[in-house]
Amino acid sequence: MTASEASSRFDVRVNGRAVPVSVPSETSLLEVLRNDVGDKSPKFGCGLGQCGACMVWLDGHPTPSCDLPIEYVTGEVRTASGLGTPDGPHPLQAAFLELQAGQCGYCVSGVLVSAAALLRDNPCPTRDEVTAALERHLCRCGTHQRFVDAVLAAAGAGA
Amino acid sequence: MSDRTTTGLPDSLVSNPRVSTWLTVTEHRGIELRVGKVELGQGIVTALTQLAAHELDVPPDAIRPTATNTAASPDEGLTAGSLSVMTSGSAVRRVCAEARELFRRAAAHRAGLDVDDVALVSGLFVRADGSRIGSYADLAAAVDLDVEVGDPTLRVELTPSSSKDLHRLDLPDKVMGRPRFIHDLEFAGMLHGRVVRPPRPGAHLVDIPDVTTLPGVHTVVREGDFLAVVAAREGQAVRAAEALVAGATWTGGLQLPDADDIGSWLRSVDAETTALRADGARHDGARTTLRASYSRPFVAHGSIGPGCAIAVLDEGRLNVWSHSQAVFLVGRGIASALGLAPDAVVVQHVEGAGSYGHNSSDDVAMDAALLATHLPGRHVRVLWSRADELGWEPFGPAMTGEVTATLGADGLVSDLSYEVWGNGHVARPGYAPQHSLLADAHRGGVDTMPPATDPPPERGAGTGRNAEPYYDIARVDVVAHRVLAMPLRTSSLRSLGANLNAFALESAMDELAAAAGRDPLEFRLAHLSDPRARDVLTTAADAAGWGGPLPEDRGRGLAFSRYKNRNSYCAVVADVEAADAVRVTRLTIAVDVGRVVNLDGVRNQIEGGALQATSWALLERVAFDRQRVLSTDWDSYPILRFSQVPHVEVHVLDRPDQPSLGAGEATMGPVPAAIANAVADALGVRVRTLPLTSDAIVAAIEAEIEAD
Ligand code: FES
Ligand code: FES
Repeated sequence: MTASEASSRFDVRVNGRAVPVSVPSETSLLEVLRNDVGDKSPKFGCGLGQCGACMVWLDGHPTPSCDLPIEYVTGEVRTASGLGTPDGPHPLQAAFLELQAGQCGYCVSGVLVSAAALLRDNPCPTRDEVTAALERHLCRCGTHQRFVDAVLAAAGAGA
Repeated sequence: MSDRTTTGLPDSLVSNPRVSTWLTVTEHRGIELRVGKVELGQGIVTALTQLAAHELDVPPDAIRPTATNTAASPDEGLTAGSLSVMTSGSAVRRVCAEARELFRRAAAHRAGLDVDDVALVSGLFVRADGSRIGSYADLAAAVDLDVEVGDPTLRVELTPSSSKDLHRLDLPDKVMGRPRFIHDLEFAGMLHGRVVRPPRPGAHLVDIPDVTTLPGVHTVVREGDFLAVVAAREGQAVRAAEALVAGATWTGGLQLPDADDIGSWLRSVDAETTALRADGARHDGARTTLRASYSRPFVAHGSIGPGCAIAVLDEGRLNVWSHSQAVFLVGRGIASALGLAPDAVVVQHVEGAGSYGHNSSDDVAMDAALLATHLPGRHVRVLWSRADELGWEPFGPAMTGEVTATLGADGLVSDLSYEVWGNGHVARPGYAPQHSLLADAHRGGVDTMPPATDPPPERGAGTGRNAEPYYDIARVDVVAHRVLAMPLRTSSLRSLGANLNAFALESAMDELAAAAGRDPLEFRLAHLSDPRARDVLTTAADAAGWGGPLPEDRGRGLAFSRYKNRNSYCAVVADVEAADAVRVTRLTIAVDVGRVVNLDGVRNQIEGGALQATSWALLERVAFDRQRVLSTDWDSYPILRFSQVPHVEVHVLDRPDQPSLGAGEATMGPVPAAIANAVADALGVRVRTLPLTSDAIVAAIEAEIEAD
């Protein structure tokens, strides 16, 4: 049996464009994004919905993509790579670079996705609100404090 | 050899003496820097680029650093966090200074001048009147870098240091979501492999179900107890591996020790014993104040990105992409396991998620290499599952240490004995003649991997790292026992034995201060003649408001350690809230890392290390029953979350005239000790077992009631 025999066709809407893919229907959204759409910004960390490395927006809500089968995805997906461009980085990305918020950086794109949703809904969050919004994310390098500082800096800069 | 001087050359240069190994300068491609140290998220590539730019007097973006490749880069051994800037940094400075002088000589020659009359200004060689002779690129064709360093006819002086901050070179890709990690690497026609580990350590494979008809499956590889599947799509490999797990039968398995009494087990099994210091400490009189044991459990590296590697067998040459900290060792280890010539395996480093020591990264490279040999010409990518990452990586060893101390008539410590037990901290590929990589051990059908070793004392020891107190104490005895039974495999985790040893000794110092009726800060200072040690202690204490009043349920604790007793100095003041569970509210840290190469990089590493050490101290423990590891996801192996993060304040004492010392591991010992001392301050109970969970606190209270 070949890969294609078990595949179905899906139109994934990612960062404003529609991408047709032909994949087995139980394939996770994360795998589709990374291996079929070619967007490597969401990361695999646990596959269990526990760490936040794979976080994307689904219809604007931060959602882990690792344990979500593509057949249940109907909405619009936004990933960290769709937050900004090299010439026009998202204010959060600019602040993360300015404050050097990141060590290994593996958790960063997930953190950015959740932080961007927070600032969209609450442009001037308190420190505690930022902490709460990032609570689902694990960072093993201990960069937490810089992430929170960077989100607050971005908010101050008018994200 | 006679015409060059190798005395005083950094180690990395003695083994890789040719300038051309490190640097290439061409007219069109500019300056390319190759180092044998790899980026682990600690910012090393940025720091080394900065040093090179400083020595060559060019802007940092004029230098292109290239990732380590075993066939092209200098072999600088493994990258162990804190050593990297020291060893590689001094080599890079020296190589670049030497290259600079070779270019100056070429410029002088071109201009018909004496070398002393050629100045270098921002990457341009100029005459005394400032007129241009040429840039590095202009002169490239006239300079032969294929020479060894140490040319006695060159006058090589290192440029006085500066510590400007340079933004991390790797961060823009990571923040903008561009592919950068090994996990993101893709090749045309690449296949996906998943390995099926035994259900418990030491189990042997009996039978497997047929999964070859499942969608996408290319092949199933079974060699001894090694079992894996390769499929077209990642999800297909995962589902085929799940089918193998469900249907495979295994037999046997090791009996694991009692997780709740690891200390007794460590003291009861065979060990290699080393006396690290033997002054003949005496504990006979009534003044023997303290005899207490301190322990830590097995601790996982717990990288956020699981181990990943890609390999392809291409006309007899095995190319491997790996995020290992030890690409050279991995290359040789794979070659020897597969019976290939050492140069038939080429390992290219690609950045991974933070590893904090020896985690799954070496093993997964072997997994991919082994699978690639079954599918010549195809790139095979292997990614470990979260469960395998937390269950099969080599853990930081469980340890237990016993302090016996006697106060003299002056109320200071006169005699101290320390004895420590634990598995070894070094199990990198090649540490034993065979079966040093997990897949190779499983292929060989062995029950356990060879016992981990320890670095020798002159390289800082492993079990015995920081086992010797740094204080002025008349008579000190120190004995380290490297335990040889290894039912759970262990290897290096950030700071090796220093974490437990500093926890033990610095907890003991507080207990002794209390017995002597003295303030913990003043008591430590009374035993410390090294002015740099005194400086970090008083800096941290002043910044934290040491001695000030605290509300009820709050506690404040202090600890000091000099990493390896000859590396960075670090003092920590921890503030805790200890109501139901321990909450660390603030860490005030002072460090002296010698000359600071990249101030922000040092801060980032100190902050990160402090938070990881807080996580170890409060939460972390590999859980297992008598058969298998149970903590195989983030619920059963919790680590510090955003809401548990203390405010961290870092004070860096710059010592421009002192050699650079690494920052990555400095906090791992003193932070847990300061937290435990703060808990004792808050609750009046001494917890000597890590992690400092509510259960451990209750057990300590019960033990104290029983002892009374
Ligand atoms: S990878 Fe999805 S939550 Fe961890
Ligand atoms: S920066 Fe490494 S895991 Fe967060």
